Amino acid sequence: MAKKQIKGWDYSPAPESTSHIDLKKRYDLYINGEWVKPSSKKYFKTINPANEELLAEVAHANEKDVDKAVKAARKAYNEVWSKTSPSERAKYIFRIARLMQERSREFAVIESLDAGKTIRESRDVDVPLACNHFFYNAGWADKLEFAFPNRKIESLGVAGQIIPWNFPLLMAAWKIAPALATGNTVVLKPAETTPLTALKLAEIIHDSGLPPGVVNIVTGYGDTGAAIVNHEDVDKIAFTGSTGVGKIIQKAVAGTNKKTTLELGGKSANIIMDDAPLDQAVEGIINGIFFNQGHVCCAGSRLFVQESVYDKVIEKLKHRMNSLIVGDPLDKNTDIGAINSKEQLDIINGYLKIGKDEGVEMYQSTCDIPGNGFYCRPTLVLNVAQSSRLVQEEIFGPVLAIQTFRTVDEVIQKANNTPFGLAAGVWTDKGSRIFNLTTKLRAGVVWANTYNKFDPASPFGGYKESGFGREGGLHGLEGYLKMN
Amino acid sequence: MNKKGGLEIPDFNQSLKIDKVGVEERVARFQKRSIKKESKMQGLRMALNMIDLTTLEGKDTLGKVKQMCYKAMHLHDVHPGLPTVAAVCVYPSMVKTAVNEVKGSGVKVASVSTAFPSGQAPLEVKLIDTKFAVDSGADEIDMVISRGKFLSGDYNFVFDEIAAIKEACGKARLKVILETGELVTLDNVRRASDIAMYAGADFIKTSTGKIQPAATMQVTYTMLEAIRDFHLATGKMIGMKPAGGISNSKLALHNLVMVKETLGNDWLTNEWFRFGASSLANDVLMQIMKTETGIYQSKDYFSID
Repeated sequence: MAKKQIKGWDYSPAPESTSHIDLKKRYDLYINGEWVKPSSKKYFKTINPANEELLAEVAHANEKDVDKAVKAARKAYNEVWSKTSPSERAKYIFRIARLMQERSREFAVIESLDAGKTIRESRDVDVPLACNHFFYNAGWADKLEFAFPNRKIESLGVAGQIIPWNFPLLMAAWKIAPALATGNTVVLKPAETTPLTALKLAEIIHDSGLPPGVVNIVTGYGDTGAAIVNHEDVDKIAFTGSTGVGKIIQKAVAGTNKKTTLELGGKSANIIMDDAPLDQAVEGIINGIFFNQGHVCCAGSRLFVQESVYDKVIEKLKHRMNSLIVGDPLDKNTDIGAINSKEQLDIINGYLKIGKDEGVEMYQSTCDIPGNGFYCRPTLVLNVAQSSRLVQEEIFGPVLAIQTFRTVDEVIQKANNTPFGLAAGVWTDKGSRIFNLTTKLRAGVVWANTYNKFDPASPFGGYKESGFGREGGLHGLEGYLKMN
Repeated sequence: MNKKGGLEIPDFNQSLKIDKVGVEERVARFQKRSIKKESKMQGLRMALNMIDLTTLEGKDTLGKVKQMCYKAMHLHDVHPGLPTVAAVCVYPSMVKTAVNEVKGSGVKVASVSTAFPSGQAPLEVKLIDTKFAVDSGADEIDMVISRGKFLSGDYNFVFDEIAAIKEACGKARLKVILETGELVTLDNVRRASDIAMYAGADFIKTSTGKIQPAATMQVTYTMLEAIRDFHLATGKMIGMKPAGGISNSKLALHNLVMVKETLGNDWLTNEWFRFGASSLANDVLMQIMKTETGIYQSKDYFSID
């Protein structure tokens, strides 16, 4: 037999270049088509979670600034946007989509720098999907009467939109595109750890020639968001984020005329039946929980494996986990990037500590992780009980809680036994089983033999504490319309 | 329960199900790996060293085989320090000549057998075919399975035939060609892989090169997963040989990525992984020269045989 000649083969570093991006040192607020200094005079720092280096300083908007933004949005709505013909509106949205597409590489790199997500995902998922949301909604702008036949539809007015840090640009697109298509004006607040791509989007919106005040972007913390929610001249609140904040918003808007959609947390079940294509199911498990470091509201964070194939699935899963590359988000070969912030890493580590204290069996992949920056090894929590906090609560990190089940009825019961209901996955070779499970699982989205697939035409949203209202598709337009 | 060599033989009707869409997604991920600089160079040299340089034509002559054997040992002498290919792969009638030509070079001689490529002959004929090649000095035997029997569900026949050929191989290593282009579905590819490994294959191989499609990444990936599962179940390593259709460096590197990430670095030697190809070597050589000199030379700077 031939002698072994080469022992190992590793990929050389393949970092995406950052030379083509254009970041300012300091960003002001984008209000009424202009960059204005915050009346708070305060700026906060946004850092790269992969190495804790400063990326830029960003204005912290206070109540006065939000008021200014809402007034600008109201004025733009009354004087310009509500009088703009639908096909004209479409032209602007198409233009934004195309400008974004042209600068997709820049957007991808900035998204990875600011959020810690891998360039592979920001390049292949976040940015193209964000562009597609603009394209898709642009198409509807002048066809709304066909989208909702026999209904009298009207725009709402000013939409206040608050978005999370896990998909910064994509969430901005989910929010802004349908709002504009349906004739509303917007005040949007990106998350404090990831404001940069929304601010770059403001630049593109500016370049598109969209009339001043139609889209306003105000950066800040929770107080800025609260100012939007509590502003009396806002007609609609669209929020994506944690269930905790969702409840606060729900209380704040109670008794007002504000229309609301909330897209909140999840603890979605990914169910592996014994007849499933197991290797592809393992890929689905990996994709379900480790995509975007597990910072995904619909992450398949509860895994249910039928007992008869449990050992096989876990063996395969561990094997596959060890081929995942955790590291520099900008390296094209990285599979799992950095945790979005120190705060989030602390939360995740807190849950891992609970696991240790409870004496639960845990498995972490053996990969190297960088010395500085915020990183967490992909983690399996094995054979954990339904009553454990690791099963019940959203961890929002690369931590997978694994349980077994014996029968279909049992897994349906267990999967539905949660305050959440955002998504679920079903893996089986049997079509009838897919239909049985998908009709009985109380989750907004149920994927069969795949996971984490998104499309602008497909509505997305939750049951129970995962929120209400749908985004994407025709359902997504409905949230921005009055219908009679 | 059946037992063979201490192995528990599984029910091949229960072979793992394969979801094609999922496989395509996984394969696309391998193709997105960025292989640059040293890792590219290392990968290219590794690929060269894994090639089974092949000629399997009705018009093969001793002259042609001698030429190919020389090339196997002297890939591109203007650039010293290159590895040789792993083996030359020929018909049984050419084995003796090939053995003489490559003697002492470390290059192995592989011979196809069992009424290659169709396999439509009685077992006795296949055994004689195999023994002839082994007696002529072949280090490795590339057999074909009976696809007709497989497709009609006679898995025991296929299993027994492989086991019989394995016995006839003696010390020669046995590569079992599934001819995946005729098996059509990935479920079949997986089942045939399981049958071959449990029946005694040292290597499993995608194709004869005579049928399209041949070694697609989807098929190779499915077989690599089968090898991984066999290894987890029995502790035995099985080799993999995609053959047919891998004609350029990029595809070869993608295959190596797939092997690394599915089976691990242990499989990244020519003891456990081979490319069955005739035109791949020159493309790899062109890429190596391009990487080293910065100049992309024309095909005429590389010998065809």
